[in-house]
Amino acid sequence: MATTVTTGSTTTFDKKTWMGGVEPMNASYGKLMMWFFLISDTFTFSALLVTYGLIRFSFPAYDPAIHGAFQFSNLYWPIPEKVYNAVPFLHGIDAPLVFVGLMTFVLIFSSVTMVLAVEAGHRMDRADVEKYMLWTILGGFAFLGCQAWEWSHFIHGTEQGMQIKELVGGEWVTRTVFGANLTENQYGPAAFADLFFFITGFHGTHVFSGVILNILIFYRAATGLYQRRGHYEMVEKVGLYWHFVDLVWVFVFTFFYLV
Amino acid sequence: MATVETNLATTAHIAEHEHHEPQSFIRTYVFSEDHKTIAKQYLITGIVWAIIGISMSVIFRLQLGFPDMNLSFLKPILGTWINESNKLDPNFYLALVTMHGTIMVFFVLTAGLSGTFSNFLIPLQVGARDMASGFLNMLSYWFFFLAGLLMFVSLFIETGPAAGGWVIYPPLSALPQAHIGSELGMTLWLSSMALFIVSQLLGGINYITTVINLRTRGMSFSKLPLTIWAFFLTAVLGLISFPVLLSAALLLIFDRSFGTSFYLSEIYINGEALPNVGGSPILFQHLFWFLGHPEVYIVMLPALGITSEIIATNARKPIFGYRAMIASMMGIAFLAFIVWAHHMFVTGMNPFLGSIFMFLTLIIAVPSAVKAFNYITTLWRGNIRFTPAMLFSIGLVSFFISGGVTGLILGNSALDIQLHDTYFVVAHFHLVMGASSAFGLLAGVYHWFPKMFGRMMNDKLGYVHFWMTFIGIYCVFFPMHYTGIAGFPRRYYAFTSYDYTKNIFADMNSFISIAAIFAFGSQFLFLYNFVYSMFWGKKATQNPWKSNTLEWTAPIEPGHGNWPGEIPAVYRWPYDYSKPGAKDDFIPQNVPYSQTPESNLPHENELIGLEKEIEAQNLNDQFKQPH
Repeated sequence: MATTVTTGSTTTFDKKTWMGGVEPMNASYGKLMMWFFLISDTFTFSALLVTYGLIRFSFPAYDPAIHGAFQFSNLYWPIPEKVYNAVPFLHGIDAPLVFVGLMTFVLIFSSVTMVLAVEAGHRMDRADVEKYMLWTILGGFAFLGCQAWEWSHFIHGTEQGMQIKELVGGEWVTRTVFGANLTENQYGPAAFADLFFFITGFHGTHVFSGVILNILIFYRAATGLYQRRGHYEMVEKVGLYWHFVDLVWVFVFTFFYLV
Repeated sequence: MATVETNLATTAHIAEHEHHEPQSFIRTYVFSEDHKTIAKQYLITGIVWAIIGISMSVIFRLQLGFPDMNLSFLKPILGTWINESNKLDPNFYLALVTMHGTIMVFFVLTAGLSGTFSNFLIPLQVGARDMASGFLNMLSYWFFFLAGLLMFVSLFIETGPAAGGWVIYPPLSALPQAHIGSELGMTLWLSSMALFIVSQLLGGINYITTVINLRTRGMSFSKLPLTIWAFFLTAVLGLISFPVLLSAALLLIFDRSFGTSFYLSEIYINGEALPNVGGSPILFQHLFWFLGHPEVYIVMLPALGITSEIIATNARKPIFGYRAMIASMMGIAFLAFIVWAHHMFVTGMNPFLGSIFMFLTLIIAVPSAVKAFNYITTLWRGNIRFTPAMLFSIGLVSFFISGGVTGLILGNSALDIQLHDTYFVVAHFHLVMGASSAFGLLAGVYHWFPKMFGRMMNDKLGYVHFWMTFIGIYCVFFPMHYTGIAGFPRRYYAFTSYDYTKNIFADMNSFISIAAIFAFGSQFLFLYNFVYSMFWGKKATQNPWKSNTLEWTAPIEPGHGNWPGEIPAVYRWPYDYSKPGAKDDFIPQNVPYSQTPESNLPHENELIGLEKEIEAQNLNDQFKQPH
């Protein structure tokens, strides 16, 4: 490599790393930029998760001693297991967090295939890069598809819905809410669905842009551009982004579904 | 063999670079990827915004200073915002205050200052051909331009621009029915800011990456000019704080347009209850000030960096406490993120939490004082040359101190309860960050004008400009401390109808307004000087200020790649001014110790042996990389 530094001892090497005239630790500018972008994006998501925490804990939690048997109510924050318990084709079966667990698995697995693609790039193995990029793209689409189903189920709701009482023109009226939108939902306070749509939507947008980038990288790998260029660094850079999106999901999953 | 071949290839590549095809007009001046052109684009856009932003303040100062004045002469510009009784429309007054703040903070002192000097100086002072990514750099400017365009459009719509203050607190900003300024104007404000944040992000990652990766051989972090340290830390601040504003703005957009209640809860408006429950307007303030507080350092640090450089150069002395300067900037940058709630002492915050934020806030006085004392000790017994840039730098130090001292008062959570949202606050931040940063910007323009345009600015006009501005600004903001202590709240349209303000300070308010007009008027001297010198100024020499940093080793008007041939290597720190024993009173960074035996200190003689190694480590020249 052009940037190999030959020195007598390791101590002077350390100094030279930062002495100028060289890219410290051989990190290319593109990779550095990706890292700094990810730091920045971390703060975007952190702000959203802080928002989630603050709003969630301003609502009372469900307490069997006060509220009795669990049912959806806009008086307290719902228990996620009771909300996300549906699985496609298994209508009416209570399967708490099974589907979202599957989604998480799909996304994490796509990160594994991404690692394999990066590793294949290091070996300059074009066929393997293409293969693993395709798996990663497939994983991304599968995740987005699952999310679309989950959203759709969340929006349409259950057959029971939730009864709410509200004061209309000075009189108490009871009506049933089905599913969820940004102003009301059958699972609990409006903020619950607001945050669900916003945070998972924002994450989904990130996944979607990741898939687009992956497709672009796949195309360029498949047409041999990186082979001619002599390195597969672009795969690595997009890989960083993909792992980041994955990591964010782990946090979203923890805060939204588990806690 | 392999090395020889590489070298041949390199030589060919450089030769190829020197014969670049001339680029089209559009690629040279409009969609340019050259950092010097982008810097000038930022500068000129910043100046245009400054004129707009400051004239807004003059208009609302007319209202505050002369509440009975007949403003019909403004009708040609403001149209129906001047009402039938020839007074300023109160709604538009609020819009003017908001737009003045937004424009000055974001468009002038963030984009205009950082955008200009980070772009211009980072590659030239670290010894790089250009920014790490010229393309992203170009995108950064054009995103800023688009943001500006949206904001500009919002000035002309029927309901007027955003009017909820530059901090756009909900619920006022979240409810279009709350105020006409919260209608379309607010939507445009938020869209404009979202684009602005993208621009900042693109610029920021470029600045950071360039400083880390493209320093020339020998330019270690401990040899970087303080300007670069300041730009570097500013970019880090922006990188971390702006995304939080993006989140806050996106949530606000949802509250405004899609019926969510992130920031809204239990609101009655026009006697009607809104359905929103569960949100918290205080949440927005937390998110906003997590950006907003670092933002004042984003504005301030580049100005301090520029000042460090100019004061050392013109005092002909090494900067006092180079490492202390770096450490204090790092300290400020770190503390910037953990003090935001001092803007929110009166939100009903737990007093214990308030005292923690007070404690952290007051700690900032330590690094700030280190900087102020270091400037003064650098000047102490210096061989001072009072160039206009130097005057503006010294003026900055003056403002920084007199505005900073009131920061100690406001940072105190008990005193802040009295002073919050009064003119005392206005006086404080206009001195410590507004005027200081503006002086940093002006100092930078006077100092680096010869490098930007190859010509000198007129000194005489510069002196007049400095004294008029300096005196004008103190006359504007110093009296505001008194009105603030007397309890005059900021952002009020008029003080004529409240008992406690009715009969006092009317004359002082008129005085402030006259001073503001005076200070604004004197900026036209600068404008004239700027434009005139650009075309007809005295031709500059290569190093007119006898300065040490690398940009003065480049040709008078550097072309593509900044240096013809090899980039100079760096052997010493940038502050070898008036070194005992030396022939000249300055030794540029690219002069090796082996050439200056007469002035070397013992430990510097030992560094001579390293020079060959430094010269050999030439591995990040962008011309030699495939691109």
